[in-house]
Amino acid sequence: MENSACCGLEGSGFMGRFILRRFLMLVPVLIGVSVVAFLIIQLAPGDPAQLMAGLDATQADVEMLREKFGLNRPLVVQYGMFVQGLFSGELMSLRYESPVMEVILPRLGHTLVLALSSIVLAVLIGVSAGVLSAVMRKTWVDYAATVLALFGISMPVFWWGLLLMLLFSVKLMWLPSGGTGTLAHLVLPSIVLGTASAGIIARMTRSSMLDVLRQDYITTATAKGLSARLVVGRHALRNALIPTVTVIGLQFGQLLAGAVLTETVFSLPGVGRLLVTSILARDFPVVQATLVIVAVFFVLVNLAVDVLYAVLDPRIRYHG
Amino acid sequence: MARGDSRTVLVLKRICRNPIALLGLVIIALYVGVAVFAPWLAPYDPLGQDLSKSFAPLSAEHPMGCDEFGRDILSRVIFGARTSLIIQVFSVLMALVVGVVLGAAGGYFGGWLDEFLMRCMDVLLAFPGILLALAIVAVIGPDLHNLIIAIGIYSIPQFARITRGSVITVKQNEYVTAAMAIGESHFSTIVRYVLPNAVSPIIIQTTLRMATVLLTAAGLGFLGLGVQPPQPEWGTMLSTARMYLRSAPLVAVFPGVSIMIVVLGFNFFGDGLQDALNPRLKD
Repeated sequence: MENSACCGLEGSGFMGRFILRRFLMLVPVLIGVSVVAFLIIQLAPGDPAQLMAGLDATQADVEMLREKFGLNRPLVVQYGMFVQGLFSGELMSLRYESPVMEVILPRLGHTLVLALSSIVLAVLIGVSAGVLSAVMRKTWVDYAATVLALFGISMPVFWWGLLLMLLFSVKLMWLPSGGTGTLAHLVLPSIVLGTASAGIIARMTRSSMLDVLRQDYITTATAKGLSARLVVGRHALRNALIPTVTVIGLQFGQLLAGAVLTETVFSLPGVGRLLVTSILARDFPVVQATLVIVAVFFVLVNLAVDVLYAVLDPRIRYHG
Repeated sequence: MARGDSRTVLVLKRICRNPIALLGLVIIALYVGVAVFAPWLAPYDPLGQDLSKSFAPLSAEHPMGCDEFGRDILSRVIFGARTSLIIQVFSVLMALVVGVVLGAAGGYFGGWLDEFLMRCMDVLLAFPGILLALAIVAVIGPDLHNLIIAIGIYSIPQFARITRGSVITVKQNEYVTAAMAIGESHFSTIVRYVLPNAVSPIIIQTTLRMATVLLTAAGLGFLGLGVQPPQPEWGTMLSTARMYLRSAPLVAVFPGVSIMIVVLGFNFFGDGLQDALNPRLKD
C-alpha cells in the first residue's frame, strides 16, 4: 500500500468499477448466508420437524409442520421454498401466525435506533479519548485512557447493564429500567451497548494517531511553527481518522449483534430480543429470517465502509 | 531464519517492562490456578443446596454469600472458573487448528482455493458477533460440548484470515523461494519455513480471542442458551441473579466481577503482547 498515487488512474470511472466489483463480490456471500441460515436447522440432532414442533407435540402436529415446510422434500427444493418464502412474504412465523417480515421489520427499527445512539456516543467518547491519549503519550492521561478503554472492552454487556440498572433505576430511580418511548428509555441501553465500542474506537484512534504523528509532514508542520492544536487538528486528525472510520463501521455492525444482550437486559422489543424469544419458542422461520436480515444488513454496512475507506484513502482503490 | 531464542527473550523483556501486560499475566495465572485446583480451593460443594441459607449475606463462613438455593457463591465462582477455562481452551484450540490450516492453505496456494476459502469465511463473518454461536447452540441444544463447538466455529474465520494475511507476507521472502527451489515439499515449506515466521499475529489473536470467547460463553449463559444450571458458570449465574436483582443485588456482583477481571487479564496481556511483538513500536 506504500506506492501511493503514482499512476494517474484517478477518476470517477475507476471508483465506479471499484464499487461495482465490491458489490459483485457480495453476491456469493449473500447466497452463502441464506444457505447457512437455511441449513442451520438441519444441524438438529434427529428430525427438524420434531425440533420445530417441540417435544410435547402430537404426531399429527409434527406431520403438519413437515408438510408445511416441505421437510420431506429434497434439500434443494426446501432451500428454494425457503428463499422464495423469504422474498414473497409467504414464510410464516409459527408463533405470531403472520409473515416473518411483518414480525421482524418493525423490531428492526427499534434495534437501529439503539445501535445508532450507541455508536454516536461511542464515537464521541472514543475519538476524544484516543486523540488525547496519543497526544499525551506516556503520561497519566494516556495510561488512564488505556486502562479505561480496556475496562470498557472487557465489561460483559449484560452485567454492565445490570449494574447501571441497579444504580440508576432501582436505587436512584432516575431512569427507567426498561421499555421504550422516550429519550430517557434510550440512555442506559445506549451507554451499555456503546461502552465496548468506545473502548475499541479509542484504542484504534490512539494507535493510528501515533502512526500519523511520526510522519515527516507532521515534523515539518511543527517545524514551520504551527501550534500543536493546529498540527493535531488540521494535519494529523484527518489522516488518523481513516482507519478509525473503518473500525466505526465494523462496530456499528457488531452493535446489531450486541443488541441481543442489551435488549434482553432492558426488555426492549428489538430484533435481538426477537431472536432469543423465537429460539426459546422454537419459531425457527423467524430465527432463520432474522439471521438473513441481520447478515445482509451487516454486509451492506461493511460494503459502505469499504467504499468510504476508498473515498478517504485513494491508495486503497488500486489494490482493492 | 535466525530467529528463536534471542527474539523470544526480547519479547519477554518488553512484556516485563510493561506493567499492564504483567498484571494481565498475573491475572491469567491466578485464573488458571483457580480453575485447575477448584476442588481443593472451594470451601463447599458448588451444587450443595441448603434452603435455610437462601440469600445468606456475606459472612466469614460464606465470603460471597449464598444464592437462592443457599449454595455457597464463592464455591460456585471457583468452579465457574473451571467451566470457563474448559470452554475457552477447547473452542479456541478448535478454531486455531481449523483456522490456521484453512488460512495457511489459502494464503500459500492462492488462486481459486484461496478465493473459495475466503468467500466461505466471509459468509461466516457475515453473521456479526454472538449471532452465529447463538443460532448453532439453539439448534444443536445448549450443553458444554455443543457450546464449545458453536463458539469454536464462530471463531474460525478470525484465525483463518489472520493466518492467511500473515502467510501471504511471509511467502514473499527469499528463503521461502529458496526452500522450494531446493525441492522441499509444499507441506514442509509451510510447516518449517512459512508458519514459524507468520506466528506473531496468530499468538496475539489467540490471547485476545480467549477474552472474546469467555464473553460470548457468558453471554450465551446469560440468555439461557449456555451451560445449563445447576452446573456453575458465570453467565448462567448472572442470568438467575437477574431475577432477584431488586431483593438480592449482591448475588449478581461476584460472577460479573469474575468475568470482567479474567477478560481484562487476557486483554491486558494481549495488548502488551501486541506492543512487544510489533516491531514498529519498539523503543
